[in-house]
Amino acid sequence: MSLDSKNAPARPAPGHERTSVLASLLKLRELPVILALVLLVAVTAALNPLFLSEQGIKDLLLNATILMILAVGQTLVIITRNIDLSVGSILGLVAFGTGSLFAAAPDVPIVVVFVLGMLLGAALGAFNGLLITIAKVPALVITLGTLYIYRGINNAWAGGTQYFAGDRPQAFGDLSVDTFLGFPLITLIAVGVVAIVAVYMLGTRQGRDLYAIGSDPDAARLFGIPVTRRVLLAFVVNGLLAGLAGVLYASRFNSVGATTGAGLELDVVAAAVVGGVAIFGGSGTVLGAAIGALLLTTITSALTALRVDKFWQQAIVGVLILAAVVIDRIASVRSARKLRIAEARNV
Amino acid sequence: MSDRLDDQPGAQNATPTEGHPPENGTPAKGRRMSAPGTRTPEEKQPKQARPAGRKADTTKVLAIPKGRTGAARILLGRDAVMIYVLIVVVLYACLTIPRFASPVTVGFLLLDVIPTLLIALPMTLVIISGEIDLSVASIAGLTSALMGVLWQGGMPIALVLVVCLLAGLVAGAFNGVLIAYLGLPSLAVTIGTLALFRGLALVVIGDNAVANFPPGLTAFATSKIGGTGIPTVMIGVVVLIVAFAVVLHFTPFGRGLFALGYSREAATFVGIDVARSKFLLYLATGTVSALAGIYWTLRYSSARSDNASGLELAVIAAVLLGGVSIFGGKGSIPGILAGVLLIGTINYALKLDRVSEVVLIIVTGSLLIISVVAPNIASAIREARHARRVRTAPLP
Repeated sequence: MSLDSKNAPARPAPGHERTSVLASLLKLRELPVILALVLLVAVTAALNPLFLSEQGIKDLLLNATILMILAVGQTLVIITRNIDLSVGSILGLVAFGTGSLFAAAPDVPIVVVFVLGMLLGAALGAFNGLLITIAKVPALVITLGTLYIYRGINNAWAGGTQYFAGDRPQAFGDLSVDTFLGFPLITLIAVGVVAIVAVYMLGTRQGRDLYAIGSDPDAARLFGIPVTRRVLLAFVVNGLLAGLAGVLYASRFNSVGATTGAGLELDVVAAAVVGGVAIFGGSGTVLGAAIGALLLTTITSALTALRVDKFWQQAIVGVLILAAVVIDRIASVRSARKLRIAEARNV
Repeated sequence: MSDRLDDQPGAQNATPTEGHPPENGTPAKGRRMSAPGTRTPEEKQPKQARPAGRKADTTKVLAIPKGRTGAARILLGRDAVMIYVLIVVVLYACLTIPRFASPVTVGFLLLDVIPTLLIALPMTLVIISGEIDLSVASIAGLTSALMGVLWQGGMPIALVLVVCLLAGLVAGAFNGVLIAYLGLPSLAVTIGTLALFRGLALVVIGDNAVANFPPGLTAFATSKIGGTGIPTVMIGVVVLIVAFAVVLHFTPFGRGLFALGYSREAATFVGIDVARSKFLLYLATGTVSALAGIYWTLRYSSARSDNASGLELAVIAAVLLGGVSIFGGKGSIPGILAGVLLIGTINYALKLDRVSEVVLIIVTGSLLIISVVAPNIASAIREARHARRVRTAPLP
């Protein structure tokens, strides 16, 4: 933009400004996923008005909450050109830990439970991050290993034990029942998380560093960005958010046991990919990932509302992920071509 | 510092080093001869290669071979270490765990690892070429579902098997087109097809399970060769193992996969058809996954939509434990055989020792992490010691 205005003979007309705003809106990576979500909700609501009833909306938001928080954390990690497959196991461990904490000490303040859960999650995330940054081993391998280790610890700890909602105080369970302005409380927590992390990624130096690391780790290192510290931070924050999601899981769902959260990791990565986060880092936003998570969970409810055979749901999710990957590819090819042309003009 | 050291001997011989134009005009003499004033400690490395009369000898190979050669390379390599570990674990289990050393053990152990072993073969090739396939278990599940529905629909079993294999081939081709020809990232694509193929399996068979397969066939899947305890199916698996090993290690196509994983650009320049190679790999992965799905169905004589779910991560863990680099360009079939069998043996031994199966995945995870972290830490220590030696060495 600045280069353009330097070369332009005259100042751009006021009308020009407006089209460029529109153009930049059209170039938003989140746009396809937002459109898909709006379309999905509109079509479903037109065919089944109950879909957008107060209870319907509440259910939609409640279902999306946990995946949203996980997707935000995963986005931080993916943007730095890493991946964390162990989030499902972290969530499971923290959820079961929450259950056993309440079973052991029913009077423990809820805030303390949240803090402990998030600390446990952050510790597990830090373990991932330390192995990856110090031993310089690819994140995919390490987190695949810790996926098994954390799950195994959960299995060993829980055995056949399950804790049910009745074992937890009423106030804790009410978090996912009570609403404020129509929003369930745990969804408000998720929205708060999205907002804080989005501002952090958009407006702080550390957040921008994460993008730089993902675009080109070597260049980032040469530029003086403390790559190791930033990547470690991304993993710790991701673990912390997975811990938060684990505590919320214990509040939202009836039972927590050995298999809680198993298989969730690929859903989380899928949500981020659908939300326009490039799998090889350097681009994407947490807002997109959160909307991706909302879209993935909404599809399930929408198909039920439309009385589509429930067996089709997973296949449709698969098609959606592939569509997101293709759209991402087209966008990157187009922007690469545009960059090439712009470079040729300027030189 | 140490990176430059590694590169230098070879570079000196081949071309004049960049940024140091040879002052006396002969490119072959290179940087070492032309700029004696700027010599740094690292340059005294190829000492024995320097002729006394300050004349460059271009016929002599200046590059000192890195690492081990000959027999040492085979006997001390990563694969060999994995095989030693496997042997030690098997011997230890035979000596300390009652009832381990018996044909029954061999039978059940092998029956359990066959699906992982089968899928690990094409997965090795895929990861060596720098890609990944997460949809393998879903293809196996889809095949299993298809098999159940077709058999229940009254199709002759031979035709059912052919259709299932074709379905695997088509699923693999779908992955292959998206990844090889459209150039989409394989990690993202196969997460998508992981969901898609599993979803199609659900669409095909729903909540049902089909169990009434021909008894002859299901008995064959678990039958043993005489009294050895080795499953009959292993014959076919061994044939596949040999076939994949030959393709990977003894054909131009296989060598090309290593080149492809190491550097895509270089592979293109030496004339490897990158897209075609990758497409073929995904075809192979789809077909072998279908085989694994058929085996799974017959072994447990049950066709369900969730058959083999989660197997993709177990396969990848075994392959990486077997010494295949996740970045591509490194790995071997003997190595992954040892990796798969090691995980299988440890799990089986601990199961006999009454450790719960669900806790055992800790072992899988720890092995995976140790196997990748240990060599890195060892090389980091080596590098640090080397750097100190170079720093403290007196300048000539």
